[in-house]
Amino acid sequence: MESSLFFGLSTVAYILAMVAYVSYIAFRKNGIGLSATGITIFGFASQTVAILLRWKEFYQLSGMGILRSVPLTNLYESLIFFVWCLILGYLIIEFKYKNRSFGAFVTPIAVLALAFINLSGMSTGIQPLVPALQSNWLLAHVMMSFISYSMFALSFSTALMYLISSTDKRNEGSYIFWTAALGIFAAVLLAMGIDWVRYGVGMKPDAFIKSYLFKSTFRNSSGFVQLMSYAGTALLVFLVWLSGSRLKGVIETFKLSPVMLDEITYKSIAVGFPIFTLGGLIFGAIWADQAWGVYWSWDPKETWSLITWFVYAFYLHARLLRGWRGHKISVVAVFGFVAVIFTYLGVNLLLSGLHSYGSQ
Amino acid sequence: MENQQKQKSLSDRIWSFLASIKLAIIVFSLIALTSIVGTVVEQQAAPEKNLKVLGSIFGDGLAPTAYKVLDTLGFMNMYRSWWFLLLLVLFAVNLIICSIDRFPGIWRVVRTPVRPLPPDAFRNMPIKAELAVKAKPAALRESVLSSIRGIGFNAAREDEEGGFQFYAQKHAWSRLGVYITHFSIVVIMLGAVIGIFFGFKGFVNIPEGLATNLVYANTGISSQAEFDERNKLLDIMDSAQGDVGQVAKELGVSVPALTRRLRHLGIVPLGFAVRCDQFDVDYYPNSDMPKAYKSHLTVFDGGKPVLSKWIEVNEPLKYKGVTFYQSSYGVLPDTSGGVAVLELKSAKGASDVERLKVGDSFTIPGTGITGKIDEFNPALNFDEAGNPYTYSPMMTNPAIKVSLKFPDGRTATKWIAKRYPESWQLPDGNIVGLTDFWGVRYTGVQARKDPGVWVVYFGCITLALGLFVAFFVSHRKIWVRVAQDKGGSRITVAASSNKNKSAFERQIEQLKTALLTKEVSK
Ligand code: HEM
Repeated sequence: MESSLFFGLSTVAYILAMVAYVSYIAFRKNGIGLSATGITIFGFASQTVAILLRWKEFYQLSGMGILRSVPLTNLYESLIFFVWCLILGYLIIEFKYKNRSFGAFVTPIAVLALAFINLSGMSTGIQPLVPALQSNWLLAHVMMSFISYSMFALSFSTALMYLISSTDKRNEGSYIFWTAALGIFAAVLLAMGIDWVRYGVGMKPDAFIKSYLFKSTFRNSSGFVQLMSYAGTALLVFLVWLSGSRLKGVIETFKLSPVMLDEITYKSIAVGFPIFTLGGLIFGAIWADQAWGVYWSWDPKETWSLITWFVYAFYLHARLLRGWRGHKISVVAVFGFVAVIFTYLGVNLLLSGLHSYGSQ
Repeated sequence: MENQQKQKSLSDRIWSFLASIKLAIIVFSLIALTSIVGTVVEQQAAPEKNLKVLGSIFGDGLAPTAYKVLDTLGFMNMYRSWWFLLLLVLFAVNLIICSIDRFPGIWRVVRTPVRPLPPDAFRNMPIKAELAVKAKPAALRESVLSSIRGIGFNAAREDEEGGFQFYAQKHAWSRLGVYITHFSIVVIMLGAVIGIFFGFKGFVNIPEGLATNLVYANTGISSQAEFDERNKLLDIMDSAQGDVGQVAKELGVSVPALTRRLRHLGIVPLGFAVRCDQFDVDYYPNSDMPKAYKSHLTVFDGGKPVLSKWIEVNEPLKYKGVTFYQSSYGVLPDTSGGVAVLELKSAKGASDVERLKVGDSFTIPGTGITGKIDEFNPALNFDEAGNPYTYSPMMTNPAIKVSLKFPDGRTATKWIAKRYPESWQLPDGNIVGLTDFWGVRYTGVQARKDPGVWVVYFGCITLALGLFVAFFVSHRKIWVRVAQDKGGSRITVAASSNKNKSAFERQIEQLKTALLTKEVSK
């Protein structure tokens, strides 16, 4: 498949771009900044080509209409599309606000998503569609969902930067919040990494996630190991908490005004929210109605979309009508994206491990 | 007197509590938080399942206690629990009262035309610009007006001492976008309520060749007695061919009372019959993954066929407000009633179609080759030793074993599989084709009647429109004042926008450029 070549190119480009953006904020050399942008544009272009090629391959293979062959049918393809939207959104912001510093925050999200694809060994092959997925609503639904997810991802990174750059004291609530969030995030990644090394190699991702996730740590059969895992997480949070001011120092070199960060957070949500409502909730409901005769059945995926919707409705109303600004509202934006991640990954990966939902 | 005043302030307080954003934020949080629990414990599942789920979260020791607590609180079927419904009602009431509370103010803003701005107010507007030009005010009227038109405003003029002022506004109605959004949410909830009260969701498995005049819904059965009653009613319904009127007369009850009772027991009479004529699955090549599955349904009303259609996933059939969706399929436990549809072709071109049961015999026309169907296998495969076995409970590879007798006295046995036409070939170009093995599968059909769905869809459309207006259309006002200043004129611009101020600022920049270039070109 030619598409995998271009996917590989774009992955490498995004990793290089991440390095370049981080060095840019460290050294503030214009040349580095320019090359960071150049590499990102190159990565974006190859990814675009790759997606189009895969679309063509899928179209030729499936023998279905062009609209029904959109490569957005499994976890792998949707993650790729998410990264594509994210980078597009980022490039627009870079050109509009003439500021490259976000790159150091956004490209790692893209790289993490791509690394997740490779590490989890999820199937990257073109899979035939089960009948329920053969609907034109699927295209509109999945595509718009991912556009909104990318907007939410942007708002998340600016909200987090806002929190990091504007908290001072270690006893401040929002300082504790972001250090804890980052610490837990790191702990979860670490725990998944340990599982992966111990059990995951060579195993199908579904089986791995269902049976082994957190088995070496939080869900270990030994109570002692469980206890130690939680203690380790606490220690990690503590370390981040101790050294948070370093990160703050890094962010400060970005020279971003808090007002601007706050504005980008709000604007990304203001664009993402209507798209999410129409594409994620409404088109999803129409599709379910056409395929199964129920537009709403409170299944976990639907319910988590609704939870996400409520968190962002919370954000909008708190900000516009209760006048929440600054730390408080940024915390809400961070929670919003946590809900997005859970809607997208958690339901398939974690809840389907707990229950018997099919995760195709 | 005093008492009355107190009462009034109490109802005022209740009103402002119900209209408050604070309440909205609390309700948002409560709905979100409780819903999270509802996605972790599986809804309406067997207790053992959730004990396992809770065990993997809290440990097996605590799981039974956690289960008991959550069960008592209604979390095992939480989206239908009284407190969750109460939250939704509170949400709707909050939304409605808040809108009623604020609407008059917004309506006034929408209806109020713009007025000219007093000269000293220009300084206080959020967007402003100023420029000096050489021409006299009187000479600028046309060019200023056309510049304002250039950025899309239709301005009115008021003459002032030594000059004039243009003023305009655009999209004042966009302030209603938020109300359309909120109203739509109420409409969607209303549609859902209509569906719950006047519709049903049912399910039925129809074997190929058979018909049903009722479907099964969730039951409210709570005792063995009710269970027995259900079976008895099903029998009576069956002998009356689904005619609720006749059954009601037999039992001496009213039709509505019987219908309610049936509904309680999970039985929904359709008032007409639906027959599954045929069911079929297409597979992806060299795979057992279904590409499409479909049923040919015929509706009988008053005993006469009125409508036939192939239904597929995403392609339902509708009749009298009831929609039938292809949902699942399966194989009957007893396949002895199955009929093989054989396409018999001789090399010379004679052909025939026969419908035969296992044990029946056939002749290929014009050849003298005869055969007999010995066996049926729903999912034929061969093990390493070459022995046939059934590899799947679904009918993934239907095949028949035939024993053949040729005119020259030779005999042979052969497996013929529906999905593999190569297996149909006999020597000398004769063909025994298995085109269907009919009557051993059932189609799983979801039946739904939801008179509220159009209300929901309407609400969805207006919700999308409302959100679009609320976020992307802004109410903009602009004032341009031209006053005599020394030999020439001073043009002052003031503007405001209720959202996306920076985009409007760019437009004002355009306006400035236009004013200057027009001035110069004079
Ligand atoms: C989840 C459901 C809800 C959604 C999706 C929603 C959506 C919105 C949106 C999009 C806006 C405009 C924000 C902006 O202009 O940026 C808004 C404003 C507003 N919402 Fe909601 N809303 C919801 C529930 C509620 C509830 C329950 C209340 C009840 C108090 C409420 C009260 C308001 C008010 C008062 C405004 C401001 C209106 C104005 O500017 O005059 N909303 N809402």
